[in-house]
Amino acid sequence: MNPTLPVGADYIRILPEIVLTIFGMAIMVLDPLVDEKKSQQLLGGLGLIGTLAGLASTWIMAQSPGFAFWNMVRVDGFSVFFHVLVIAIALVLILTSYEYMAVQQIRAGEYYGLILFGLVGMCLMSSAVELVLIFISLEISSISTYILAGFRRRSATSSESSLKYFLLGSFATAFFLYGVAMMFGATGSTNIDAISAALNSGRIPLLAYVAMALMFVGLGFKVAAAPFHIWTPDVYEGAPAPVVGFMSTAPKAAAFAVLLRIIFEANAPGRFWLIWLSAVLSMTLGNVAALVQDNVKRLLAYSSIAHAGYILVAFAAKPELGAPAVMFYTAAYAAMNVGTFAVISHLANENERYVTLEDYAGLGRSSPILAGTLTIFMISLIGIPITGGFFAKFYVFSAALQSNLVWLTIIGVINSAIGAYYYLKIIVVMYMREAREEVPVLPIPLALRAALALTLAATVYLGVVPGRMLTFVQQSAQQLLQAEHTSAREQVDNTAVPRATQ
Amino acid sequence: MNFLNAHILTLVTFIPAAGGLLLLLIPRRDRDIRIFSLIVSLLTFGLSLHLVARVHRMLPGFQYEIDRAWISTPNIHYHMGVDGISMWLVLLTTFLTPLCVLISWNAIHERVKEFFILLLVLETALIGVFTSLDLFLFYFFWESTLIPMALLIGIYGHGRKVYAAVKFFLYTMVASVFMLAAVIWLYAHVGSFDFVTIQNAIRTGQVEGFSTAAPWLFVGFFLAFAVKVPLFPFHTWLPDAHVEAPTAGSVLLAGVLLKMGTYGLLRFNLGLFPEQSRQNAPWICTLALIGIVYGALVAMVQPNLKRVIAYSSVSHLGFVVLGIFSFTQAGLNGAMFVMLAHGVSTGALFMLAGIIFERKHSYEIADMGGLATPMPKYATFFLFITLASVGLPLLNGFVGEFLVLSGAFQANPWYGTIGATGVIWSACYLLWMYQRVFFGKVTHPENNNLPDLSAREELALWPTAVAALVMGVAPLLWLNIIDPAVQAALTPFAQVASKVVGP
Repeated sequence: MNPTLPVGADYIRILPEIVLTIFGMAIMVLDPLVDEKKSQQLLGGLGLIGTLAGLASTWIMAQSPGFAFWNMVRVDGFSVFFHVLVIAIALVLILTSYEYMAVQQIRAGEYYGLILFGLVGMCLMSSAVELVLIFISLEISSISTYILAGFRRRSATSSESSLKYFLLGSFATAFFLYGVAMMFGATGSTNIDAISAALNSGRIPLLAYVAMALMFVGLGFKVAAAPFHIWTPDVYEGAPAPVVGFMSTAPKAAAFAVLLRIIFEANAPGRFWLIWLSAVLSMTLGNVAALVQDNVKRLLAYSSIAHAGYILVAFAAKPELGAPAVMFYTAAYAAMNVGTFAVISHLANENERYVTLEDYAGLGRSSPILAGTLTIFMISLIGIPITGGFFAKFYVFSAALQSNLVWLTIIGVINSAIGAYYYLKIIVVMYMREAREEVPVLPIPLALRAALALTLAATVYLGVVPGRMLTFVQQSAQQLLQAEHTSAREQVDNTAVPRATQ
Repeated sequence: MNFLNAHILTLVTFIPAAGGLLLLLIPRRDRDIRIFSLIVSLLTFGLSLHLVARVHRMLPGFQYEIDRAWISTPNIHYHMGVDGISMWLVLLTTFLTPLCVLISWNAIHERVKEFFILLLVLETALIGVFTSLDLFLFYFFWESTLIPMALLIGIYGHGRKVYAAVKFFLYTMVASVFMLAAVIWLYAHVGSFDFVTIQNAIRTGQVEGFSTAAPWLFVGFFLAFAVKVPLFPFHTWLPDAHVEAPTAGSVLLAGVLLKMGTYGLLRFNLGLFPEQSRQNAPWICTLALIGIVYGALVAMVQPNLKRVIAYSSVSHLGFVVLGIFSFTQAGLNGAMFVMLAHGVSTGALFMLAGIIFERKHSYEIADMGGLATPMPKYATFFLFITLASVGLPLLNGFVGEFLVLSGAFQANPWYGTIGATGVIWSACYLLWMYQRVFFGKVTHPENNNLPDLSAREELALWPTAVAALVMGVAPLLWLNIIDPAVQAALTPFAQVASKVVGP
């Protein structure tokens, strides 16, 4: 049997990726052609339309679920969810970047192109069910983020950030690739369903454990989980503020999608203590280190490590409870964190001058809107009701307790109590301290207003009526887990055949 | 009328928050904002009177119930209802809030809009705590009280306000995450957050692994509530929070927030874990007794008016806990009555302290002295409320403390004996404080010119004075409704007792 040529439906199933690539290339081509003064608006606008088109094409893609390209790509509720999530994050990022780039006087059309290319990688990561393809899309997404991190060219910290991210990142992806190779050695396939079938069929070879650990190292780096988190504070401190908002949510969400596929769909062996340990370390190190930070970006870097820890708690739970909790958490975290960084990028001003806690003193008086918005995001990050962050934490911990992970839950709730302190510190500074020096607050442009409104609405929506979203993540998690049982059996023959003929 | 009966709790709970949201749209004219907030809070109070008017007195269970699915999985319901216990606490909240608005009329002159928004949102959260019958909903409201209260203290307070706000927040936040863990455990093993369902499941022994987990669950709930009460030795946040808070914040903090803790002990610790409650009663009662005596002794030596009142709260709330963990009908009725009486009279005391602070910008007792001469009306109100708080018969403080002590005597004569000394201590520190502030010659000449109460201040104080008197003269108006609910709460204890006696 020869592998058949891809048919029309196959292209529909990667339509968002195609559309985003086209827009990204269009921006790259147009960049040198358009007038420098107008380029910012024009190319940014094009990027915005690109993300909207990406969302629309995701909708089209969602209408035809199934496999494409010889079982390398699968479209299901799960991949649609992550498509929408990462594209929406990019949309808000572009809205935020308009003003930021103008204030920082960075003229670069390729910025928007790179965002779209990064998106292609992240989208593909969520729908790929083939380890090599996952690796390729991981690289696509990473390379764009490496460059985006260094976009404040005049600043040494930004270059340091980019270089550090690049060097350590490549090191980590190498680990991942090793893991893929060993997994192939252990199971004879790189297809997740086939791996799952092989691992479930009999005795699990030692090599599979090693492979799993190596892949976890690579992905653990991407999601900034301890002990692979050392890069995070430096990179977040140096990178442009809107990009940090993006970096801390979209590539992370995509990496979590891959982890979900590998851990739950492929039913990876020996994962429990690995995850348990990493979750506890991430939560504790992240929260404790964040307590003493003065720089808001560094503080949120440690906070993002802690949040990765909370998400990992759900990975230790039973699949049918953990998977939806992970998905909901990534969405809620995206809404609040991207929103937070939108506020930070606005306040940062030229050369990101105002990013320490001191600079936020008196903000409650000088800009009630920004302070109020930031307060709601902080409340959500603490995990207090009426916000998405509360429900997210709640689902994670209830999934863990329902899986009898009592100690992990207790460590988790204690950590979230510790975490409350440093988020509260930001609220306290804004409302209860007087500004020592006059920090100028620029008027809020329309695009940023839209970005704040979107993230705020999402945060509150997920906190008050999370029902619909929950039903959706539960259904798509179910598809993910059923795939483990049903399709594994059906697909084994299909995937094994072309390989055997090679 | 049916419509009102079905939705009254929703209305009472959310009208303040809705008013707060509307305030966002009102332009920043301080007077309009104050009047609007007053109308909203009075409207809420008016509606909450409906609860009393239409209540079925003899029914022990929950009334005015509303139960709608909110989120399907996990199975969270919007389930509200009140019984004789929670209904009065709702009323206490709605009664005190308009007074808070009145008392903050001139005291708050900066960021007025934000102040009243926070106050109204806080009212919704407080009422929600008492009306929720779904554990998740309860936790939701419970945590929601934190932020507005912390902001009220931190922005509008005095002195070390930031320290006080952060301390308050962290203490209660850390304690309540343990309750969250316990709530999730219950959900994981019962499959529902509904209070009544969980209670039935526990009583009929359908919960797997309950006997091993119950001691821990009890502690989880207990910690959250004990910090809120605050029970000795978890009380250290209270004096700081009270002293630095603005008047309205202190009134709601002492009047209602502390009752969240005692209400929680009564509803959840007794309601869900009767056996563990009984096992732990000796040391909890001991802590309560230490609180009563220690709070009173510390109150006696405080140089600061607000600190005296704050420590008197520690002492009075000790009575409430003692009454609850005596497991006697008199003790529980008394505990409920002390909660209400303390809410009214301590609320009034904090308002009175706020009134003098507006004039002198100090709470130090040493700065006062002989105030009865320049401010006769003020001194009269202060005396009346002080006597109510001391527990003079025919005023509200007496009834509750008497019932608690008689219940405590039934449980263990030692509890009653030691507790009774608390009544003497409270007379000592309150009357001594009164003497130092009001009697004698005016020691500071500038105090001669202090203006007496304004009409608005009198308007805020009269309701509390009337309530203190009526509660003292006709306590049955309250106890008749409280009693069936208390008896229902005590049924499992009767069973436990009979188990001990029977074969």
